[in-house]
Amino acid sequence: MKKFLIPLVLFGVLVLFLAVGLKRDPHEIPSPLINKAAPDFSLQTLTGTAPFSPQDLKGKVWMLNVWATWCVSCREEHPVLVAFSKQIGVPIVGLSYKEIQPQDDPEKKLSTEALLKLARSRGSVWLERHGNPYTLSVMDLDGRVGIDYGVYGVPETYIIDKNGVIRYKQIGPVTPQTLSETIIPIIKGLENS
Amino acid sequence: MSPLFLIQKLKINGVQNFLWASVLLLLALGTCSTSSLAKEAEPLASDEVVEARLVHIAEELRCLVCQNESLSSSRADLAEDLRAQVREQIIKGKTDQEIKDYLVERYGDFVLYRPAVKPMTWLLWFGPFACLLIALGVLLIAIKRRNEKIQVKEFTSDQSHDVGQWVHMQEQKADQFINATETHTKKLKD
Repeated sequence: MKKFLIPLVLFGVLVLFLAVGLKRDPHEIPSPLINKAAPDFSLQTLTGTAPFSPQDLKGKVWMLNVWATWCVSCREEHPVLVAFSKQIGVPIVGLSYKEIQPQDDPEKKLSTEALLKLARSRGSVWLERHGNPYTLSVMDLDGRVGIDYGVYGVPETYIIDKNGVIRYKQIGPVTPQTLSETIIPIIKGLENS
Repeated sequence: MSPLFLIQKLKINGVQNFLWASVLLLLALGTCSTSSLAKEAEPLASDEVVEARLVHIAEELRCLVCQNESLSSSRADLAEDLRAQVREQIIKGKTDQEIKDYLVERYGDFVLYRPAVKPMTWLLWFGPFACLLIALGVLLIAIKRRNEKIQVKEFTSDQSHDVGQWVHMQEQKADQFINATETHTKKLKD
């Protein structure tokens, strides 16, 4: 009599696991970089000021937002970021990720300088049109810094603490909901610590 | 010096001269072809080694954009960039393990098609075998219990009970018959 319950319970457990699995987004790969030091880099800025390195923001909680003008989801995310930048005082650094795509220069004729110039002009025009939430933006033309940060889809956003440790990674666009429920509480917690 | 020119100069008269000329011609052709091949083959060969290793490593890695494709077969931009990274590291002389570690550091265990065996992945690696063992155990116990039931049945089944009763009844009948015949013969004697 009770024996018949055993397969039923096992089946219930299986259904529970499958139900949880269905609700998870397979595109959200947990980053191994959480609670690890943010990889160091030194990159040219969008405006041509002195190269930026994460070291420059030591002692501050800041955000690194990966973006590109060709990225469709970034356009969706952008107004949220613009509003957020006005509301809260944390520096937001933009990482202009592979602004020049392979199809833009199929024969690889352009020099690095020409590529940088083209990327800067495209990025500036885009930010002028859609608003600029960034304290500054850096140019990751070949995507090497992106690889170091484990970027695999744009947009992605990282929260980095006062000691230069990555505390959170948002995969996909930042929405008003993720801002109020996750990002702002994390930033406040880190600023008070 | 052209081999043909050599032959002309030697003025082939006899078989011996002809043979010498052929040997010279073969030598000249031989050195010609190997030297011209060597110039092209060398960079090609080292590239092939790198590419073969690249494919070997990339087949074990997952493309993060199109998740059911390996890094070697994916045409996503990121896969191309990552292949370039792997190629660069092969040329630098890194081992396969070092290259895989480099990617795991950035993208997590998810990039590995063959996850490392560690406490976190024990269930994944050994779970199926554990299930198999449990199933075997359950099967053995079930068979043992069934056999026990069959043996018990042989001793206490209704059928054997019936047989006993039937035998008992026949014995009683036989006794009655014997008694009856005995009383009958007694009556006859009297």
